Amino acid sequence: MKGILLVARRDFWAYINTVWGWAILALALLLDGLFFNVFGLTASAQYSADVLDQFVFFTSGITLAAAVLITMRLFAEERQTGTIVLLDSSPLSEGQIVFGKYLSGMAFLSLFAVATAYMPALIFVNGKVSMEQIAVGYLGILLMGSAGVAIGTWASSISRNQLLAAVISTVVSVFFVTCWMLARLLDPPFKAIISYVAFFDKQLQPFQEGRIDTQGVFFFVSITFAFLLLANRSLIARRWE
Amino acid sequence: MITVEGLTHYYGERRAIEDIRFQISANEIVGFLGLNGAGKSTTLRILAGLLVPSAGSITIDGVDLVSAGSSARARIGYLPEDPPLYREMTVREFVAYCGELKGLDRATVQSRLDGVLKIAQLTHVQHRVIQELSHGYRKRCGIAQAIIHKPKLVILDEPISGLDPRQIVEMRQVIRDLAKDCTVLISSHILGEISETCDRILVLAGGKIVAQGTEAELASRAGSAAGARLTLVVRGTAAAIDAGLAAGGAVVKSDKHEEVGGIWRVHVALANDDRETLVAALVGAGVGIRKLVEDESELEQIFLGLTQGASA
Repeated sequence: MKGILLVARRDFWAYINTVWGWAILALALLLDGLFFNVFGLTASAQYSADVLDQFVFFTSGITLAAAVLITMRLFAEERQTGTIVLLDSSPLSEGQIVFGKYLSGMAFLSLFAVATAYMPALIFVNGKVSMEQIAVGYLGILLMGSAGVAIGTWASSISRNQLLAAVISTVVSVFFVTCWMLARLLDPPFKAIISYVAFFDKQLQPFQEGRIDTQGVFFFVSITFAFLLLANRSLIARRWE
Repeated sequence: MITVEGLTHYYGERRAIEDIRFQISANEIVGFLGLNGAGKSTTLRILAGLLVPSAGSITIDGVDLVSAGSSARARIGYLPEDPPLYREMTVREFVAYCGELKGLDRATVQSRLDGVLKIAQLTHVQHRVIQELSHGYRKRCGIAQAIIHKPKLVILDEPISGLDPRQIVEMRQVIRDLAKDCTVLISSHILGEISETCDRILVLAGGKIVAQGTEAELASRAGSAAGARLTLVVRGTAAAIDAGLAAGGAVVKSDKHEEVGGIWRVHVALANDDRETLVAALVGAGVGIRKLVEDESELEQIFLGLTQGASA
């Protein structure tokens, strides 16, 4: 555990100490605020629950996009600068390194989530939602963020440069985001399979509505686990090249 | 203390190294020589635990590097040619971080830190950000991260490349100090540096170890294969010297120039070390021998001689 935290700590401080980390955070908050202003704070009357639903929907989407930008440097940058040798020649296992990197991404993404808290708080000005509903919404946001960070960690682990890592994780993330559209074009049983893996239409919906869906939790945790496992395998494979 | 047996590695179908075997004793400084593509980097990467070999074993202080994996890596310190540094950190933070990364607890790192910074001659810049340091200091940071965990084996890849003459002298001292506590394996293209710093040399060519030993041993081996190279200071006429050399038998090549009136310096290469016949022939031709010395074989010549066959 100490090794995992060691890797996570350094990467987290690398986000904090660079303009890049703050630029991603600022851009994500700006977009989130704009969306909330346009769709949440409308002139026409809306139910508070619907405003929160909208907030969870686009905040989770922005979280996913931020995950791509945050994670692209995790391994690719270390490979470009040569510092990957420090990790590879250390006694840490590949699993510890991968999980440490993932935790650093999640920690930074959590900063973004915390910084968005003023938006659901604004709902209390003219409306009424329960704290539980907000907490469930944030659980959904973080679960989707976790899946995004895991996808990005894997993409970075197989890429020689950050741009390639960003492209790969964008392609994979876009697939999960848009596959509900693809599902509509398919016939059973592929329709059911593809629609099951849709991030938004299928898995996030209950969290937007304030319901904890164990199937959704299991899905996002599974995606996270699967991509971290792939990242682990890609690091091991490099020792056997 | 370090035993390498039958080390072989393939990249796909291409064989990079084959059946490499050597032993290194504790506190020995060993130089690793090889032309580009000889398999040097592959061997070093395997020894550093970055690459798993296709076949063979490496035992460091009784622990098998391949099967033990992480615990064996804790016994190795590695400095690649470009030092791996987190440049946003200060020197002290970075070395301490690397110590923890290598498995030391924080208290142990702190207790070792000042000593390691002193060995690497970094004490006076320990609070500076690495980004601001010169290439020489960055190399030293690389050495400090490689030794903070008190490894049994330290691998230094081109430790003096890019350093200025003063930094080179200081780096030599750093390397000699390292050997008081651990075994040091140095890879370098600068043969003079290997000669200056190392107790023993391993010569790699065509993915195989073609020779190993002290410089004198390698020189003797290369010398016996190539004959002898002599320098003579003689008194006589040019014609007499030429006649003596012609009668000398094994003379392959000669070159002479007059130093002062009638005194000549003559460089001679013999096909075999039959210097007695040469001297007798020169004396017979009326040439007086004032001095005869064997040319010291330069490491470059030894190296080229040893690797010529294997690289062809």
